[in-house]
Amino acid sequence: MTSILIFAGESDELDRQAVSLAASLGPVEVASVGPTKIGGVEKAWQIEHPILSDYAPEAIAESLAQLVGQGMPSAVIAAGTERNNEVMAHLAALLDLPLATNVLTVSAEGDDWHLTRVRWGGSLIEEATLSAFLKLLTVAPHSQPAWEESKAATPEIFEPELAEELGRTRVRERVTVDEGISLTTAPVIVSGGRGVGSAEGFAALEELAGLLGGAVGCSRVVTNNGWRSHRDQVGQTGTRVAPHLYVACGISGAIQHWVGMMAAKNVLAINTDPEAPMVTKADYAVIGDLHEVLPAIISEIRRRQGTM
Amino acid sequence: MKILVCVKRVPAPGARISLTPDSRSIDARHLSFTVSPHEECAVEEAIRLKELHGGTVTVLTLGNAEAEEQLRYAISVGADEADLIAAHEIDIDPQATATALSDRISDLEGGNGPFDLILVGNESADAGGYQVGVRIAHALGRPIINGIKGLKVENQTIEARREIDGGFEIYRLPIPAIVAVKEGINLPRYPTLPGRLRAKKANVRTVDYQHQAGGLTMVSLATPVEQQTATRVLGRGADAAPAVVDLFEELGLL
Ligand SMILES: Cc1cc2nc3c(=O)[nH]c(=O)nc-3n(C[C@H](O)[C@H](O)[C@H](O)COP(=O)(O)OP(=O)(O)OC[C@H]3O[C@@H](n4cnc5c(N)ncnc54)[C@H](O)[C@@H]3O)c2cc1C
Ligand SMILES: Nc1ncnc2c1ncn2[C@@H]1O[C@H](COP(=O)(O)O)[C@@H](O)[C@H]1O
Repeated sequence: MTSILIFAGESDELDRQAVSLAASLGPVEVASVGPTKIGGVEKAWQIEHPILSDYAPEAIAESLAQLVGQGMPSAVIAAGTERNNEVMAHLAALLDLPLATNVLTVSAEGDDWHLTRVRWGGSLIEEATLSAFLKLLTVAPHSQPAWEESKAATPEIFEPELAEELGRTRVRERVTVDEGISLTTAPVIVSGGRGVGSAEGFAALEELAGLLGGAVGCSRVVTNNGWRSHRDQVGQTGTRVAPHLYVACGISGAIQHWVGMMAAKNVLAINTDPEAPMVTKADYAVIGDLHEVLPAIISEIRRRQGTM
Repeated sequence: MKILVCVKRVPAPGARISLTPDSRSIDARHLSFTVSPHEECAVEEAIRLKELHGGTVTVLTLGNAEAEEQLRYAISVGADEADLIAAHEIDIDPQATATALSDRISDLEGGNGPFDLILVGNESADAGGYQVGVRIAHALGRPIINGIKGLKVENQTIEARREIDGGFEIYRLPIPAIVAVKEGINLPRYPTLPGRLRAKKANVRTVDYQHQAGGLTMVSLATPVEQQTATRVLGRGADAAPAVVDLFEELGLL
């Protein structure tokens, strides 16, 4: 039986989810730039080349194309992260093959694969067929359980031949900024929408987030109005978040916002409109003007902490 | 600078998405249309670069005849030329899309030399394939980098910034190049009245789409099953504060 090649390397957790999907389709081999901790697979390849000393999508894709030429797997699969989608698009373009991104399920009977994949950032599911002798796909994050096995095999080194020119799209510099708690890791997100009314209106959200050890998020209306940086935007064209608690203040709950925060464990909506989708879909709600509700919550917390 | 931007016409759904009876597209009878937010920012970025360095901005789309609306919108905010590849098919596969677009770009470049910069969105709002730009880049033999939230052009080099957790990465591409941008790279402007008038009168060059091969075929669309949550209303107005703080304590946040 031909194997499935997993391209791993960005996030151990998401890579393992991709392995889970692949393992249901055939024997799995893993390829990565640098070492991988994934075990329980047929084989591990470690790709080595000076150009790959930092992220270089074209060069990684060319390496994978060469590896594929050697082993002839039936599919190359990667977790659907922003970078992997980019690398896999390069691989697909190099080989002139179709690519299905953010796949949820695969049924691999017959030559064509039938699959479902994410559309509209998660608001729709597409049923599709993928016809190619080598299938290329990325796996929608958090759609599969993670592959547990960790007893990593000794990897075989693979040294691709890479033309100098492939380094043209490599990272040239890295700049770090101290942004405090990031949206992707914050346990609590206090998020504001049009209802907040102004940039200054976010002071109360900042204060509550501070008290809860969380970060501040916002809707697209807020970034479009220039009240907050786009770094804070949650949703289809912003960041996807999965905090323990998401507090949505003055956010209506449009589908493009919802898909960005639907993975939150608990949702609390604060909204003047009891019929707003955010309210009807939330676990908890307060009906009222956020400009009255937030200060009252903040002083209640301070009162209980004895810091009033 | 000669810049080309690829945009795609998509419906602008609201709180819920409903589908047509054949489950093959969004029921857009009561919806307006837009381009993906990433592409709106790509158009704005092209216009800003033109204002800085001079040159022209061309917008290109593959879509139905109505997609002219999105091209005219781009002209109303400052694009100079508009090109439509008119198709009857719905949901054209990403390989076929990229072939049609790159063929048309080659025709437009003809004897005039390449566009210095081609901008696309990081992903289309509807299909979300993350690949049409990359395929165009390979077809034209040019470098591309995705996920860009900052652009500078200096001495025939494009400096591009990509946001990552805890900072950003910098890339430098030689011109001619392609860049896939993300919303947040700028705040798009609104059309002016003279812009609207210009857009109304503008000529949209139109060619017919010739069917292209592709290996990913959409069969149908479905809305994900929504889990039904019974919302617990903690109260109204400021009076709800104690119940909210009780909840924070229950969740172990305080
Ligand atoms: C392709 C595409 C991608 C998109 N991507 C995103 C995305 O990534 N993120 C995103 O957020 N949006 C996105 N959008 C936009 C989205 O469709 C909505 O327009 C947007 O989320 C609405 O923002 P909002 O809830 O802040 O504003 P509104 O929809 O105007 O809602 C404001 C809410 O505030 C309430 N309110 C008003 N005043 C008060 C008050 N004083 N106190 C309490 N409540 C109050 C109102 O009842 C209402 O419910 C996208 C759209 C498209 C087409
Ligand atoms: N039909 C189309 N017409 C013009 N540009 C397109 C079309 N489809 C995709 N694109 C461009 O390619 C980008 C990526 O699309 P996708 O690969 O579908 O995610 C989009 O943001 C657009 O800039």
